Amino acid sequence: MIQADLTIIMPEIVLAIYAMAALIGAVYTTKDGLAPVLVWTTAGLMALLAIWIATNGDGTNVAFNGMFVDDGFARFAKVAILLSAAAVLLMSQDYMARRGLLRFEYPLLVALASVGMMMMVSAGDLMSLYMGLELQSLSLYVVAALRRDSAKSTEAGLKYFVLGALSSGLLLYGASLIYGFTGTTLFSGIIQTVHHDDVSLGLLFGLVLLISGLAFKVSAVPFHMWTPDVYEGSPTPITAFFATAPKVAAMALFARVLHDAFGGVVKDWQQVIVLLSVLSMLLGAVAAIGQRDIKRLMAFSSIAHMGYALIGLAAGTEMGVKAMLMYLAIYVTMNIGTFAFILMMERDGKPVTDIDALRQYSKRDPGKALAVLILMFSLAGVPPMLGFFAKFGVWQAGVEAGLTGLVIASAIASVIGAFYYLRIVFYMYFGAENEDPIETRSTPVLWGALMGSAALMLIGVFYQFGIEGAAAAAATTLVN
Amino acid sequence: MDNILSIVTFIPAIAAGILALFLHGEDAAAQRNAKWVALVATTVTFLVSIGIYTGFDPSNTGFQMVEEGEWLMGLKYKMGVDGISVLFVLLTTFIMPLTILASWNVEDRVKEYMIAFLLLETLMLGVFMALDLVLFYLFFEAGLIPMFLIIGIWGGANRIYASFKFFLYTFLGSVLMLVAMVAMYSDAGTADIEALMSHQFSSEGFSVLGIYIVGGMQTLMFIAFFASFAVKMPMWPVHTWLPDAHVQAPTAGSVVLAAILLKMGGYGFLRFSLPMFPVGSAVMTDVVLWMSAIAVVYTSLVALVQEDMKKLIAYSSVAHMGFVTMGIFAANQQGIDGAIFQMLSHGFISAALFLCVGVIYDRMHTRDIEAYGGLVIRMPAYALVFMLFTMANVGLPGTSGFIGEFLTLMGAFQVNTWVTAVAATGVIFSAGYALWLYRRVVFGDLIKESLKAITDMSSRERLIFAPLIVMTILLGVYPSLVTDVIGNSTAALISNYDTALAAAETANQSAASH
Repeated sequence: MIQADLTIIMPEIVLAIYAMAALIGAVYTTKDGLAPVLVWTTAGLMALLAIWIATNGDGTNVAFNGMFVDDGFARFAKVAILLSAAAVLLMSQDYMARRGLLRFEYPLLVALASVGMMMMVSAGDLMSLYMGLELQSLSLYVVAALRRDSAKSTEAGLKYFVLGALSSGLLLYGASLIYGFTGTTLFSGIIQTVHHDDVSLGLLFGLVLLISGLAFKVSAVPFHMWTPDVYEGSPTPITAFFATAPKVAAMALFARVLHDAFGGVVKDWQQVIVLLSVLSMLLGAVAAIGQRDIKRLMAFSSIAHMGYALIGLAAGTEMGVKAMLMYLAIYVTMNIGTFAFILMMERDGKPVTDIDALRQYSKRDPGKALAVLILMFSLAGVPPMLGFFAKFGVWQAGVEAGLTGLVIASAIASVIGAFYYLRIVFYMYFGAENEDPIETRSTPVLWGALMGSAALMLIGVFYQFGIEGAAAAAATTLVN
Repeated sequence: MDNILSIVTFIPAIAAGILALFLHGEDAAAQRNAKWVALVATTVTFLVSIGIYTGFDPSNTGFQMVEEGEWLMGLKYKMGVDGISVLFVLLTTFIMPLTILASWNVEDRVKEYMIAFLLLETLMLGVFMALDLVLFYLFFEAGLIPMFLIIGIWGGANRIYASFKFFLYTFLGSVLMLVAMVAMYSDAGTADIEALMSHQFSSEGFSVLGIYIVGGMQTLMFIAFFASFAVKMPMWPVHTWLPDAHVQAPTAGSVVLAAILLKMGGYGFLRFSLPMFPVGSAVMTDVVLWMSAIAVVYTSLVALVQEDMKKLIAYSSVAHMGFVTMGIFAANQQGIDGAIFQMLSHGFISAALFLCVGVIYDRMHTRDIEAYGGLVIRMPAYALVFMLFTMANVGLPGTSGFIGEFLTLMGAFQVNTWVTAVAATGVIFSAGYALWLYRRVVFGDLIKESLKAITDMSSRERLIFAPLIVMTILLGVYPSLVTDVIGNSTAALISNYDTALAAAETANQSAASH
């Protein structure tokens, strides 16, 4: 029995043991000297695990009496998490090394955070949910403050920690209420006791608190306040990491809880998600207009994108979950490319994040400027880029579920949001000449990530690498 | 050639890809190569597209040369032409080589410029051929990107404002249309335009936020599509992006904008609004007719006071598009035939007028009407060409402008005499602003020092105008060239429209009697 359980969570065990072993190994040997190697081995291991999960997983397997669920949905999310984390790790190496930030703890913390995220998406119980969430969050708090001598970075870490602790408190309180009113922490038990006709006020209260805690993790408005500061303060590779894998994990966890545990009371949580979604899209669109710092801009952009992904969740249908998963996969791909470019931006060796610095960039480096142009239009959701299909999918799910008002609001938000993506294009292509131009330092990894992700945005019009089928299969296992 | 439509659509895109991948450098030779590649590609596209025209059977009212294949997310790649779209395809392929020729003097980032225009051609052709909702939307919307860049990079002094306004205005209309498209897809279960035309969308009235909506879902969808097409057209009062975009765009950009991009709105009304939401269209007809009449008069008056030549022609375009919407929503044979004719004829005439402005702008680098006068003395050939197109713009019999205006007015007269009476005054106003513009620029004494050395049109410029002159006069004296091709398709469109309305009427009556 225990052996079967361990087989099911083998990927998590492998990654966790690797992280701990590498930690001990590095402490007793050359410490930071080992960091570059660790970055590559960690990324390589993650990629291997992703392939392993993608090819070997089959059916729905439950371990530890339902605490841990390994199904198509979890595998889809895990592959996305592992691949994006690996990509961000590789992208960050050069940046971190040149600024003396490449400590050996960094790749290992990312690995541990990834273990936490894998736990989150596989959670079958409120306890394992919380364990995964905290393992992820604690690792993230530390990496946010990785630049110890910078006030901004430590502030970001601290802010993230304090607000994160608050949200964990909300979530725990909600979980305890749910336990109190249903008598179980197992999702499979909760779904059997919670029906439409008899939802008690206490349970509803618990559900709302749980949703608030999760909304904090996906940075949905009104729980988004930490995002811009943390994005801006953290070293850029960390920001790139924040914007990708944890978002996938938190959204997947969101869907997992709402469908696996509360699938019987869709109407009760739908309204809340609709509100979160509308507010996120509108605030993300409007607040980003005034931003001059590209990292803050991307923070608001990610808030808005989470709003769009939440439409899929709000639909409360299989189609909605599928659209949400596709949205996340596409969003992560776009963000990796965009952050690869942000990592390149520098002047005299110092990182630059002011979008003003991009003036007339297209004249100096037309290739990269074109790639960024494609990514920006894709983020704005303009066809023929892949970002359009992501939006189309969630809108379709929204309309099918009768949420036409939400879809119209999101259409308007997407127009407002288009403005700031266009402005980056405007600086690069038509801005006035800049007397102090930026250089872009390009390493093969960064160049590959930027060009690869831009190319995917275009290729997506013809061929989407079977991602749609995988997302559909994943959604089926979750909703049914 | 079974897939001639795809071939025509993607020749320019392939040429753009070749330019992007294989052409390096910014020296004179590279620039010349870029221009020649673009010119050859657009010319070949035109020549191949003649095959569409010769292979087209006007007696068949359905879609022809249809290509169909699986695409993504349950959607189809489906292309086809019918009597309504085939001539727009030809208009596009016809105009594009001329715009490339008109851009021969561009020196800044020539390669990117040509790539933008070639991609734009592919996207515009796709709009007129796509037979899948999402495919249509993809082409329709993607066209914004190259046009945004064309205005923004190669435009005039205030190009940034104009490009953002252009993009955001049209984008807002389009996303609302996309929402309606998603709703149609979910209602009908298909995104195939041919199937959607025979699908009956519910026209039962209901209340939204306390407002009772006559025609129900059809009206709402009509409004969503209208938001997009009215902006694109553009109709009063959402036309304000157009003068800005025209003034700031480079000459070739203005030509494409006026000759082809504006036609997408009218085409959209004919392809989607009338056939798919007949009840919604009928509900909104009066509103649209009056908006058209206001557009004709108001923008003509605005055109009278313009100081900038391009702005004047831009406003005149809005006025002429007013005739088009009026004809379309008259929903009878003369009206719709006239609307299509007017769009095609405006494609030639407005293109030529913007090129006329371009000719003197290239020499003097100003578009102020004040800066000119007496050009006939130094530029007789130019004066002749400009006069021909001014007259065509006014709607002089014998030019294509007359046929379109006359037919749309005749169609509208059968539906709403007051609207027609108001709109007819626009014909007089157009004579006013067009002739006055011509007088101030071409006639008078040549007193300005700067103009004394101006040269007449070069042979390249004459070559650009020749085909436009031929088409304007040919269509003016032999309009059957167009009406024979479109006649059967528009007749089918109108009979379907009337049948659908009658069916909805009886359905409503039987519902009321129960």
